[in-house]
Amino acid sequence: MTHVYVSSIIPAHANTVWALVRDFNALPQWTPFVAESRIEQNVPSDKVGCIRAFSLNDGGRIREQLLALSDYDMSCMYAILESPMGVENYIATLSLTPVTDGNVTFAEWQARFDCPADREAELIQQIGTHVFQAGFNALKRHFGR
Amino acid sequence: MATVHESTIINAPIDAVWHILRNFNSHVDWHPAIATSQIENGQPADTVGAIRNFTLADGGLLREQLIKLDDEAHELAYCLLEAPLPLNGYVATIKLKPVTETGQTFWTWESTFSPPDHRKQALVALVAKDIYQAGFRALEDYLGGSGPTHASVHHQNEQGASPSPSYQQIRRNDPSSTGPSAAGTLTTQAIVMDAHGGPEVLRPRQVEVPAPGPGQVRIRQSFIGVNYIDVYCRTGYFNLIDPPGIPGMEAAGTVESIGEGVTHVQPGDAVAYACAPVGAYTGLRTMEAELVIRLPRWLDPQTAAASLLKGVSAGFLLHDVYALQRDDVAVVHAAAGGVGSMLVQWATSLGARVVATVSTPQKAAIAEAHGAYATVIGRGADFVETVMQVSNGRGADVVYDAIGRDTFAQSFEALATRGHLVSFGQASGPIGEWDIGHFATKSATLSRPNYGHYTETGPMMEQQATRFFKAVEEHMLTLAEPTLYDLGQAAEAHRDLEARRTTGSIVLKV
Repeated sequence: MTHVYVSSIIPAHANTVWALVRDFNALPQWTPFVAESRIEQNVPSDKVGCIRAFSLNDGGRIREQLLALSDYDMSCMYAILESPMGVENYIATLSLTPVTDGNVTFAEWQARFDCPADREAELIQQIGTHVFQAGFNALKRHFGR
Repeated sequence: MATVHESTIINAPIDAVWHILRNFNSHVDWHPAIATSQIENGQPADTVGAIRNFTLADGGLLREQLIKLDDEAHELAYCLLEAPLPLNGYVATIKLKPVTETGQTFWTWESTFSPPDHRKQALVALVAKDIYQAGFRALEDYLGGSGPTHASVHHQNEQGASPSPSYQQIRRNDPSSTGPSAAGTLTTQAIVMDAHGGPEVLRPRQVEVPAPGPGQVRIRQSFIGVNYIDVYCRTGYFNLIDPPGIPGMEAAGTVESIGEGVTHVQPGDAVAYACAPVGAYTGLRTMEAELVIRLPRWLDPQTAAASLLKGVSAGFLLHDVYALQRDDVAVVHAAAGGVGSMLVQWATSLGARVVATVSTPQKAAIAEAHGAYATVIGRGADFVETVMQVSNGRGADVVYDAIGRDTFAQSFEALATRGHLVSFGQASGPIGEWDIGHFATKSATLSRPNYGHYTETGPMMEQQATRFFKAVEEHMLTLAEPTLYDLGQAAEAHRDLEARRTTGSIVLKV
């Protein structure tokens, strides 16, 4: 099983960052790579078990299911149901932790998945850099001041 | 049970930080509170079960046992076996996580213990500040020049030289960086008024903000509170500015740098203030450090800027100007306004029966949601009658009146014998002249409190802010989301405030 882990510091209070990212349907609002997103069957986006169907700027379509959402831990876990990436058993967690020493947030985004051995390095790079870190960069710009 | 939870970002890679922390006897090398330390029975310092036997600089003797050491998770835990302080059942955990993006380390240090109630607050503060926060800074110093911020700081401290422009640029763009910082004058956007007048006198302009002198701090402000007193300041009704000048009495942000002798706040601390002198409508501000309050970690700067002045006002009105008692009947006029809505919630939480007066049904709904015992729309005879019903004909023990001309006479009429009329504003105009002898008909007390006289020194401000924060923490009142304007739109914010187009607090975002 492959593990990707990326962490960053977001220059805003954790509650503020969480208010944005806890919405499972809000990827188009803060990531640079999601063109549009909807929640299937019109259920609330914080209903655990809901499925988001979104399309990337390059046209790729992804379906992901919300497995856990914790306002207490400020974390959200989800699985990929369908994607063009070629990963199996993909489960990712995005979590926020307040840094008490300064008004900033420690943000972590990680995933575990199975893939063919010859694609592992490429997928780690794609997910770690072009999804997770790119998402953090966008959050930092969003809250930049 | 007390809990202490502190975290920070250390400017060094996780392996370097962990290498030091996993050595259970290393604290004598880097923590300033530790004078001597040894591991009992000659055991290796990374043995789970090892006991460190150490003395503090003041001579106190302590023994602590390592109960968990996890190199994979970068986590360790220890408990206190003996100590000169009643930190009963103290168990602490240290956890590190890598910040993969920057190569820094996120360090969490937390503990639980059961102190005697009357010492809880002091012991929590001691552990949080003198052990954990002091430890954070000391370990970073011990690691010495391991990151760019750190290197610049030493350069500046030792040689007194101005940091390079590139360094200032980095700090300006990176609010997350901490540590003592840039000396010298910085420029920022501010709202300057060249004359008294209408909202149009509030104009954006670049200003220079000097480095903090002795006893001062420079704050990088993120949110600025807009209060009705700012309108009085702008029009010249209150003589707070001799133009040109910068209005505003309330803001929140982070400490950018500190002057000589400042100890209660450090660069990077989230802080706020709500006090004279005016000058808050600016991106950066240098001011007296003692008036600046460190924010509790649960309070974000936006909410702080929206609520500190109003919360402190409500606090001294309910405790100092008049000491509200359980079962008192209290009248709050303008009960859906900024201070009014806090007065209703807080007085209700203290056990008083609040008669709220408001101008519209929408505002009545707000006052009722805040727990008002009775709500009256309009402020004529109806309201006096309601007060008499609620108090069984006795009248109100206290009336909080910031309306002034339109309400003062009814407020007096609603008072009980030996009641207290607190006149703390005059939104409808001046009260006019009153015959003091008339107050004898009820042995009434009249107060005309001035915010400045309850907040003018550091200790006073600290006491007021602490009481307000505690009330919020204890859910005696909740803080509403403010309406946001950009700093450059200060004139529009004033227009909307004066036209009563807004509800709740107004905050300017830098």
